[in-house]
Amino acid sequence: MAIAFKKRPGLVIYLTAGDPDLETTRLMAIEAIDAGADVIELGVPFSDPLADGPVIQRASQRAVLRGTRLEDVLRVCREIRAARPQAGLLLFSYLNPVLRMGLEKFARAARDAGADGVLLTDMIVEEAEEYRRVMRQAGLMPVFLAAPTSPDERLQAIAEACEGFVYAISRVGITGTQAELAGDAEALVRRLRRFTQLPIALGFGVSTQEHVRALGEFADAAVVGSAIVGLIERTPAEQAPRAVGELVQQLCGGAKTA
Amino acid sequence: MDSTAGARGMIAGAAREALGRFGVYGGRYVPETLMAALLELEAAYAAAQADPAFHAELDGLLKDYCGRPTPLYLARRLSEMLGGARIYLKREDLLHTGAHKINNALGQALLARRMGKQRIIAETGAGQHGVATATVCALFGMECVVYMGEEDMRRQELNVFRMRLLGAEVRGVSAGSATLKDAINEAMRDWVTNVRSSFYILGSALGAHPYPTMVRDFQRVISRESKRQILEQAGRLPDAVIACVGGGSNAIGAFYEYIPEENVALIGVEAGGRGQGLGEHAARFAQQGGGVPGVLQGTYSYVLQDEAGQIAATHSVSAGLDYASVGPEHAMLHDSGRATYTSATDAEALEATRVLSRTEGIIPALESAHAIAEVIKFAPRLGREKVVMVNVSGRGDKDMGILTRELDRSGEAMGKVSAR
Repeated sequence: MAIAFKKRPGLVIYLTAGDPDLETTRLMAIEAIDAGADVIELGVPFSDPLADGPVIQRASQRAVLRGTRLEDVLRVCREIRAARPQAGLLLFSYLNPVLRMGLEKFARAARDAGADGVLLTDMIVEEAEEYRRVMRQAGLMPVFLAAPTSPDERLQAIAEACEGFVYAISRVGITGTQAELAGDAEALVRRLRRFTQLPIALGFGVSTQEHVRALGEFADAAVVGSAIVGLIERTPAEQAPRAVGELVQQLCGGAKTA
Repeated sequence: MDSTAGARGMIAGAAREALGRFGVYGGRYVPETLMAALLELEAAYAAAQADPAFHAELDGLLKDYCGRPTPLYLARRLSEMLGGARIYLKREDLLHTGAHKINNALGQALLARRMGKQRIIAETGAGQHGVATATVCALFGMECVVYMGEEDMRRQELNVFRMRLLGAEVRGVSAGSATLKDAINEAMRDWVTNVRSSFYILGSALGAHPYPTMVRDFQRVISRESKRQILEQAGRLPDAVIACVGGGSNAIGAFYEYIPEENVALIGVEAGGRGQGLGEHAARFAQQGGGVPGVLQGTYSYVLQDEAGQIAATHSVSAGLDYASVGPEHAMLHDSGRATYTSATDAEALEATRVLSRTEGIIPALESAHAIAEVIKFAPRLGREKVVMVNVSGRGDKDMGILTRELDRSGEAMGKVSAR
């Protein structure tokens, strides 16, 4: 499987597909991979991203307004896969666009597009029986979120349902940057370790090289989203791929090469 | 259609558990961070339900503070004018704060107090749920933050002022169409962030389990009372119960005790807005209206959306019905055929407001006016021996700004009514 973290901590980079446009998304993903990202999370823009903070909300809104559809995101996924066969590719979506396409049709299309796995923000383990079956059938890895508020029995169920890695949410809240890594984060990762051998990636509020270095002490990978998406918002489209590559390189400075 | 089949298939596995499910609808589709809070809420609610002291306090406040039971009133002039069935109005508009919303806000605030939560979050569309929540927070000395779309703040300005007077903080939401859906998104983001200290008083029979069940239970008092009252007054059950449906809390409360009574027709009235195209209405159940089963804000139900699964804009003259999804229990009642869902346009609702005002001296909320609009169409088709009940979920004071504008625009229709 292509989801592998080659350094400690590994780096997962989130991009809202279609912001500023699909072609730039493709170029930014390739730059990020070449600069050291282990996994690209391709965000499917949604009209009502209720788990997201203002930065990703705005990106999502811009992409939706441009008419970016799940089919388009899958096409970009396929193009990135063709250009970088070794990279990890994870589709990141709210449930409704996937339901609208139809779960089985989505799974087949995602597999054909070369995706390794899927994360649905508003899918919890209790509701996921059918979803997991369909993912398994298509050879896709489902990734679930684990939260600081999740009690141990939920963490166990989440860890058992995940494939590829477990996505731990560093703090109680929505996506967005913050100055300090949350104190919740380390405790959560330690609790999760008891239930899984899978790598644990930490996201939400991870935005700097210092954060990446600090979390490398206890987690296997960092997920950086809002810092990247915010940079894209501030940068003209034609300069965005290079800017993203530079930021990824900087973030990688927080990692030790294995 | 593949999308619907896929969605139904997806739900099938979960439906076996039947927890928080209404047929295939309902469930819990939320960010994991909220799950512990939803489970805690579910347990606390179950404990409260089993506790006679909880019910005693709730019932006492509903009676002495809110003014329950609300009257069931035979609208003689309206019935005569329409020349068909006898029409009874369930007068939720006479409740403290002016709408049924306080039934639920009070119940949830008592629950919050039991759980030791001092900070309350709420969303509001027309402002009635926000006012009800601000009211109970004042009553219990709780901190209250209400999210409201800026478009709704503009058109329901009076309720914004009421909430602030009651000590609530009203936070405007400018995202999306700046209406109810966007206010719920923002309230949920607040809840995700402050989940350890805050209680989210959701105002309609929507959202993740246990909300649709809990809100319905708190609104069920409407039909519990009306069933007793209609038996006393008419000596029989009604032939039909009519209620407007936004999220659907007044409707599920007005319907619930009649669901086992197969001879009682249940009619929900959605907002037909100003046209049939996507974005022009909020009629989730309308054929070809764009409503398809999907997930919005934690629950699986009918959702107005485009072919890519993006949630559609909605329009209604009434802020309280202006919402892209609908409570999951209504979705089940729709599919089973136990309830039927129809719609009234903006113009019909405005006309109905005038009709009820002039014939009975009752100014309904624009939301409730949609139910009146349906009875205006429905009652004349029935014989005089028939009995129809309409839930007047709220009063129209909050709508004076809109009514002044809209009625000025169409003075002709006004003359038509006054001539009667």
